[in-house]
Amino acid sequence: MFHKKEFQAAFKVSIPVMMGYGVLGFAFGLLITSLDYAWYIALLMSIFIYAGALQFLAVGFFSAKLGLVDIFITSIFVNIRQSFYGLSVLKKFKKSGRLKPYLIFGLTDETYALLTTIKEDEQLKSKYYYFYLTALNQSYWVTGTVFGTIFGSMVEFDTNGLDFSLTALFVVLAIEQYKASKNFTPFVIGAIASILAFILVPLNNMLIFAIVSAIIGMFIFKKRLDKNV
Amino acid sequence: MSEYELLLAIAFMTAANFITRVFPFLFFAKKEPPKIIAFVANSFPPIIMTILIFYTLGKIDFTVAPYGTKELLAIIITALLHIKFNNYLVSIFMGTIFYMLLVQFIVLS
Repeated sequence: MFHKKEFQAAFKVSIPVMMGYGVLGFAFGLLITSLDYAWYIALLMSIFIYAGALQFLAVGFFSAKLGLVDIFITSIFVNIRQSFYGLSVLKKFKKSGRLKPYLIFGLTDETYALLTTIKEDEQLKSKYYYFYLTALNQSYWVTGTVFGTIFGSMVEFDTNGLDFSLTALFVVLAIEQYKASKNFTPFVIGAIASILAFILVPLNNMLIFAIVSAIIGMFIFKKRLDKNV
Repeated sequence: MSEYELLLAIAFMTAANFITRVFPFLFFAKKEPPKIIAFVANSFPPIIMTILIFYTLGKIDFTVAPYGTKELLAIIITALLHIKFNNYLVSIFMGTIFYMLLVQFIVLS
């Protein structure tokens, strides 16, 4: 069963994601091999986790030997924004039948953005269109990752400083968040929680401590956060 | 981490990630989410991005020269590029290359 029209439409809107995921996936594969992890670790992560920021961050979890509970809780909070995405596509996915689990699994930032901003052609069967769009996007991510690992294991070069790509990714995402909310309060809360965590606990527990104190901070400053939302 | 631990960690991240994606479909397909859930889902993302910026800089020693100036410079460059060109690939790649050049070739004291 192949739905050509839906595939072509999905392919067309997915081209910008091809560039983005291809390059970022490549960087991820490169980063994994530069730290001497096996190539299939990167591949498994891109197939099963399929979440850019979390995968980059995982590299830090591995080298810090973070415990599984910490990894689990941190992962939830890193990706909690995705729950918000689901809320706004509940209706769209309602009639997607057995394709639905995959559509939910593949609901990344970019796929969500395409699903909610691109106007749909009424002649297309939307569930197949959504499916092809989601699957194409993941295929770019996985392909980029594989090329990154191949390149990383074949070409020798000084990768010192490559891990800054992770910091840069979060800087960019933070700026995007600011554009959406125009509110400085969350950034101040995040910064104070992080600095407190750096001072009070060892680096291994820093992330979880910062998350918990930031949540407490969120409720203390609830009024300021609700402003301009 | 041993290979077994790595695979286990990947399994936990896979589960956690899927939970964040499937959560609204499980609980709020028929009824509206409570305000507190909407508040956390809405307000937490900028907070966690800020925390993650700090977290990724955790290994930098700010008490010895060059006191984290390279990281700060690279962050400023990345942010300026992003504000100017609004293209996340340009910002991330130019920022990272700038940082790699700084740490590999330039000594700040």
